[in-house]
Amino acid sequence: MFKSLKLRGAITLVVCLGALYFLIPTFISNIPSPWDKYMSKEKIHLGLDLQGGMHLVLEIDTDKALETMMERTSNDLKESLMDNKVRFRNLEKASGAKIAMELTESEGKTALEKVLHDKYPDLEIGSTSPREGGQFVTLKINDKRASELKRLTVEHSLETIRNRVDQFGIAEPEIVPEGENRILIQLPGIKDPERAKNLIGKTALLEFKIVDEENSMEEALRGNLPEGDIIAYGLRSNKATTERVSSPYLLKDKALLTGASLETAKVQIADRFGNPTVSLTFNSQGADDFERITGENVRKKLAIVLDGVVHSAPVIQERISGGHAQISGNFTMDEAHDLAIVLRAGALPAPVNILEERTVGPSLGNDSIRQGIMATMIGSILVILFMVIYYRFSGAVADLALIINIVLVLGILAAFRATLTLPGIAGLLLTVGVAVDANILIFERIREELRTGKTIRISLETGYHRAFMTIIDTHITGIVAAVFLIMFGTGPIKGFAVTTIIGLLASLFTAVFVTRVIFDYVTWNFNIKKLSI
Amino acid sequence: MSMELIKPGIHLDFVGKMKYAIIFSVILAVIAIGSVIFHRGLNLGIDFAGGSIIQVKFQKEVSADQIRTALKATKLESSIIQQFGVNEFLIRTHESFSDHNILVVNLEQPLTSAFKKDYEIRRIEVVGSKVGSDFQRKAIFAVIFSWIAMLIYITWRFEFRYALGGIIALVHDVLIIIGTVSILNMEFTISILAAIFFIIGFSINDTIVVLDRVRENVKLNPRQKLSDIINMSVNQTLSRTILTSLTVFLTVLALYIFGGAVIHDLAFSLMVGVVFGTYSSVFISCPIVLLFENLQISKMKKGK
Repeated sequence: MFKSLKLRGAITLVVCLGALYFLIPTFISNIPSPWDKYMSKEKIHLGLDLQGGMHLVLEIDTDKALETMMERTSNDLKESLMDNKVRFRNLEKASGAKIAMELTESEGKTALEKVLHDKYPDLEIGSTSPREGGQFVTLKINDKRASELKRLTVEHSLETIRNRVDQFGIAEPEIVPEGENRILIQLPGIKDPERAKNLIGKTALLEFKIVDEENSMEEALRGNLPEGDIIAYGLRSNKATTERVSSPYLLKDKALLTGASLETAKVQIADRFGNPTVSLTFNSQGADDFERITGENVRKKLAIVLDGVVHSAPVIQERISGGHAQISGNFTMDEAHDLAIVLRAGALPAPVNILEERTVGPSLGNDSIRQGIMATMIGSILVILFMVIYYRFSGAVADLALIINIVLVLGILAAFRATLTLPGIAGLLLTVGVAVDANILIFERIREELRTGKTIRISLETGYHRAFMTIIDTHITGIVAAVFLIMFGTGPIKGFAVTTIIGLLASLFTAVFVTRVIFDYVTWNFNIKKLSI
Repeated sequence: MSMELIKPGIHLDFVGKMKYAIIFSVILAVIAIGSVIFHRGLNLGIDFAGGSIIQVKFQKEVSADQIRTALKATKLESSIIQQFGVNEFLIRTHESFSDHNILVVNLEQPLTSAFKKDYEIRRIEVVGSKVGSDFQRKAIFAVIFSWIAMLIYITWRFEFRYALGGIIALVHDVLIIIGTVSILNMEFTISILAAIFFIIGFSINDTIVVLDRVRENVKLNPRQKLSDIINMSVNQTLSRTILTSLTVFLTVLALYIFGGAVIHDLAFSLMVGVVFGTYSSVFISCPIVLLFENLQISKMKKGK
């Protein structure tokens, strides 16, 4: 180790001042200028369990995204096959993201392969079995493309959710991918968790579809659904009772336009009663399409469908140019506001499921902080008293190191933006108990050496030296155990592992290095006959 | 005069008592495993089993029975209601309610009609069963891998027989914590898992300190019997072992008393772990080392 006491003293001082520097913003909120320019902005970041908020883990249904993609492809494929004069029948999307069909000519397979090769490089033939006068074929997405699609789906979802949360205006949200198809979301200090959940989890797939008025709804409801039609439900308010009742619509399945063609969406107050609507502006391509679609379908009803629910189905009076449309429907102001956000941010490419949800109210967080600090103070004071009673002066030295240790841990938490959670506070308190272990090891060793009649300086030297490797071993094993706990990754408990690790590293410095500096200073500068230990 | 909890010349016959310690520990381990089997596995918390927890605080004094009556004929009827601090309760169920409306209908409305607005929902945690089973698998792996990591580290730093002693002590400690949780029919939560990891780190520390001394003494007195050396080493490190355990115990106690209900589980299992972790490093890891030594000697004798 360094022999120069001055150098070692200086290192100690610099480290302590550094830790204090990073702690200033946490304890002093208004730093007067011009000092504020030089200060770190990072306060100790409190976990959701301490400041209140919501923790969500979402799972993105990437399989569903594949299914949707295959659904679309199967429609395109029909046309391509007809264009290329490949004869087939019963082409349809099968379960498990596959397309099934029958080829009715013996050389059909070669022709199909050519079409796939030219226009659908992502598809491959999964299985074939002979049929009378042809073959039964299933197509699937090749594995590489499938996993790429899944990855893109997750990325796209992540991006969309980030956008939505940003526009909603939540301070310091944390939105990160987790594992293959999960997204972890932390929203600190959120007031209305339910609203946030709706905002994040809504697929927000906006579609414009024509209402089929040529076929009979009654027939369709009885099960005779006309080819290419679907039944969707919408809420219509009953004028007499003002109750919202669910009623069916018969729609042409093909979406003429989707939310992807939107430029923006805004909340507008539509009438003198102050009822909000969401006004949509299409991008230039979308505006052209909208004009064409409305032009082609005058006098028909255009249904505005959001996530499969019909919001309104106004009659198209005339061709609409200019690229504006409106969604009305009995919204509250908040609902309209949130709908505008999700439409602006775009639809999620796949549905999401909430796997985990933890909401902590601010009052519980405050209680936890209070109790955590209380326990830490009392625990630390007990240890400090114990050390000073048991080891006298040497105990006081260890105590000083202990206090530096606490400051260091907090300083490192602030500097690295680590999160302090309630179990994290517990971890901090535990490191107080463990940090003195190093000093106890050293002191007990020094006592042993002193008993054999060695001088103070030699006893100190041997005590520190002998205990050193043991201390390293105990710290490393402690850190290893905590690292395994970090593998769990969930908020509060991760905080426990993180503070434990930082605490162990800091105690290696304070309990071994710092205390030695003090002892050396005292024994080198004062003629001490008897070490108080 | 400085304070001495343990007098320097102390010479307790630990090695002689180890037989009883091992019997004692085996009995404890059997009870622990027996309890888990008797309870048909651990009472897993929602982190591991999936489900919902709702923490409700009332402004007035309310009993668990009153809440149960209020929740009668709702989906939360069969939930577990547990006092959690002053006028505060945990309502636990194994269903994962991720839809807010279910909670409004089955919890908020009945509570409001029974207690008016004199309550506050302070925490809601909902974990899907899929996440739960993921956690279970990860937890088991993490614990086992941490044992293996310790085994490798100590084998590298010391010897395999020392490492084996240390690891068996760790397995013993984890068993005791799990057994205590099971006997008291506590929920096995992620906090308890955190405590287990802390105790793994803590207990191996004690073992290392003792083993370090054993190694040092072997070098100093190469002729002496290992059992004597172990006894000497345990005695020499005894005051450190007790003092450290004491300081850690003080902090854990403060946590248990003042830390609040949210970390009660953590603090409690830490207390159990600190006590048995200290015990095991003295009474379990050392006998295993000795046992190994004796096995080797008898093998060598047979070889002759």
